[in-house]
Amino acid sequence: MSSEITKELLESETSGVLKTELTLGLPGDSLVQKSGIKRGFSDVDLKLANYDQAESQPPPQAQVVGWPPVRSYRKNLIKNCKYVKVGVDGAPYLRKIDLEILSSYQDLLTAMGDMFTCLTICHVLNERKLMDSANGEEYVPTYEDKDGDWMLVGDVPWKMFVESCKRLRLMTSSEAIGLGAAAPSTPSKGSSTSC
Amino acid sequence: MVYSFPEEVLEYVFAFLSSDKDRNAVSLVCKSWYEIERWCRRRVFIGNCYAVSPQIMIRRFPEVRAVKIKGKPHFADFNLVPERWGAYVYPWISAMARSYPWLEEIKLKRMVVTDESLELISKSFKNFKVLSLSSCEGFTTDGLSSIAANCRNLRELDLRESEVEDLSGHWLSHFPDNFTSLVSLNMSCLGSEVSFSALERLISRCPNLKTLRLNRAVPVEKLASLLRRAPQLVEFGTGACSTEIRTDIFSNLVEAFSGCKHLESLSGFWDVVPAYLPAMYCVCSRITKLNLSYATVQSPDLVELISQCSNLKCLWVLDYIEDAGLKALSSYCKDLQELRVFPSDPYSAEPNVSLTEQGLVTVSAGCPKLQSVLYFCRQMSNAALIAIARNRPNLLRFRLCIIEPQAPDYLTLEPLDTGFGAIVEHCKELRRLSLSGLLTDRVFEYIGTHAKKLEMLSLAFAGDSDLGLHHVLSGCESLRKLEIRDCPFGDRALLANAAKLETMRSLWMSSCSVSYGACKLLGQKMPNLNVEVIDERGPPDSRPESISVEKLYVYRTVAGPRADKPDFVWTMDEDGALRFS
Repeated sequence: MSSEITKELLESETSGVLKTELTLGLPGDSLVQKSGIKRGFSDVDLKLANYDQAESQPPPQAQVVGWPPVRSYRKNLIKNCKYVKVGVDGAPYLRKIDLEILSSYQDLLTAMGDMFTCLTICHVLNERKLMDSANGEEYVPTYEDKDGDWMLVGDVPWKMFVESCKRLRLMTSSEAIGLGAAAPSTPSKGSSTSC
Repeated sequence: MVYSFPEEVLEYVFAFLSSDKDRNAVSLVCKSWYEIERWCRRRVFIGNCYAVSPQIMIRRFPEVRAVKIKGKPHFADFNLVPERWGAYVYPWISAMARSYPWLEEIKLKRMVVTDESLELISKSFKNFKVLSLSSCEGFTTDGLSSIAANCRNLRELDLRESEVEDLSGHWLSHFPDNFTSLVSLNMSCLGSEVSFSALERLISRCPNLKTLRLNRAVPVEKLASLLRRAPQLVEFGTGACSTEIRTDIFSNLVEAFSGCKHLESLSGFWDVVPAYLPAMYCVCSRITKLNLSYATVQSPDLVELISQCSNLKCLWVLDYIEDAGLKALSSYCKDLQELRVFPSDPYSAEPNVSLTEQGLVTVSAGCPKLQSVLYFCRQMSNAALIAIARNRPNLLRFRLCIIEPQAPDYLTLEPLDTGFGAIVEHCKELRRLSLSGLLTDRVFEYIGTHAKKLEMLSLAFAGDSDLGLHHVLSGCESLRKLEIRDCPFGDRALLANAAKLETMRSLWMSSCSVSYGACKLLGQKMPNLNVEVIDERGPPDSRPESISVEKLYVYRTVAGPRADKPDFVWTMDEDGALRFS
């Protein structure tokens, strides 16, 4: 059975034609006869993946998640390295970002924009925000410092921020109101300009 | 004939069987042997916490004393499994608290452990002895306080490589003054400083202490005092050794080490100032295991130390050792069985050290007992791999990571197919293999043809087509775990080899070309598998069926679909419908 499948796969690769007539080859049985499904998946309308439209080549090394396969605790201990978790309100995943390889808040925003590809950076006056163009939601970068307080990103010198930042969170603008040390008289904060 | 033996005799005989394989075989002989065996099985190993439920385990084995459970897939170590994926231990602890009051040992790997679980452990098992949490997360030092305070007969507390929220070092002080049973303590993953006097007193009153792995926060000047109180230690891990060298510290350390006549294993050495290393020379000749993978010292200093360790069996080291250091290793350490070389600067494009494929070739030639290799490097050639294969047909584990994805043979610019092909052809007992570099479907043909004892295979950025995956699934008879990332493998090989997946523990595929439609079909056809799609982009139903899923995790199970899935995991159901938990 296996050599037949190999032959078919080989033929289809060399001829450049992707065959769809490949039955589900469970050894020695008759396929489970459920109503509506007769003969393996050749009847099911599957559009098989076309490898000519393969996903783009893996991005440059530094940006590939989990490569090279080094455990986090090794990364943080050996190199001058500071990985912190990054979350976005409403998204299920957390990511990790190395603050040591960034040198400014602008770098940080760019990296976050790259990481959460649905978000784009948007500058209004001195504010740093990211926006989801799909739903118009604005996100403000915030961080938890060594004391466990949540602060707006951008108030302290960059080096000091890297030192004290434990984790990052992109909060929706509405959630972020009242955070950090924003003084009410500062005109740039609290303005509701849309981008 | 078997019926003439009373149960007690059979039970007595079965007690000599420790391996799970043997016990499983025994239990298949006949019903009465199954019954006798299940009542006297004391140790259970669960390789995938979702393959079976606590209730099923307890129902079959009512008198268990030791459990070992593994949770997340291996690629979780490299951040490929999202947070909140699962592997919660609490349901297991809670069920065992009710049914195994005499439980003594819990060993967990890649599971989420909460303080609540730890507290429940500490209060439910009166004779609790061994807690080992390897690469676990989800708990704080408060949970450790419960263990320390309540487990009166604790022998082992091993937190290796776990991610612990470190609230303070105060947990250690919760061991009662009359607590003396400690045999093994590994706190190397913790950050906070523990009370040094509490640590000293703990060590002084535990005469059976054999393993002590300190955390980074214990400075080198305090080590001598600890070693003097525990000269019987067999395994010792230092803290940071970065204090500027002083004569008194050094001579105290020499004296303390020379009192340790039983030391076999050393680790720690964070930020070690090279001048401290000679303090250990007096124990080197007995050392069999040396973990220098946090020691950022240069090759000459490493060689000085290693050259004294003639009985070394296992070395973990950074690539600072360089080819020259590995050459020295191969000439001084003829008993070497395991070598792991970690990258000091994994993200720089240019090499920062002079470590190449040559170092590994030299060790493979000079160390006849070498069976286990993990090697990070920046260049490799087919010639080197062929040499390694010919030198060391006794290899059991070969994990090579060439740092640049899809790097070809640097001499010929060809793929590394023939090199890895030589590895699987010569190393007939090979159980574990990780590939890297530029690889076509051909390497998988070699693997499928030769790697008949291979149990675990890890692939990244390799192969051309489904044929590659098909070779592996159809050829590797002993395969239990297959983990794949960023390979152009899709539906056909997976579906054509669906039955194979029931003979394996698990399959992981991320950033490949498996369509949602194929996942659904697989789930329909294979009721004994959980086919789980992990996707950040929302329900797979909201996209065309031909779109590839982000991540796929398939595993055999007798427990049915998970009931604790997060909102980004979907089980492909028998009904062809999406199942939400």
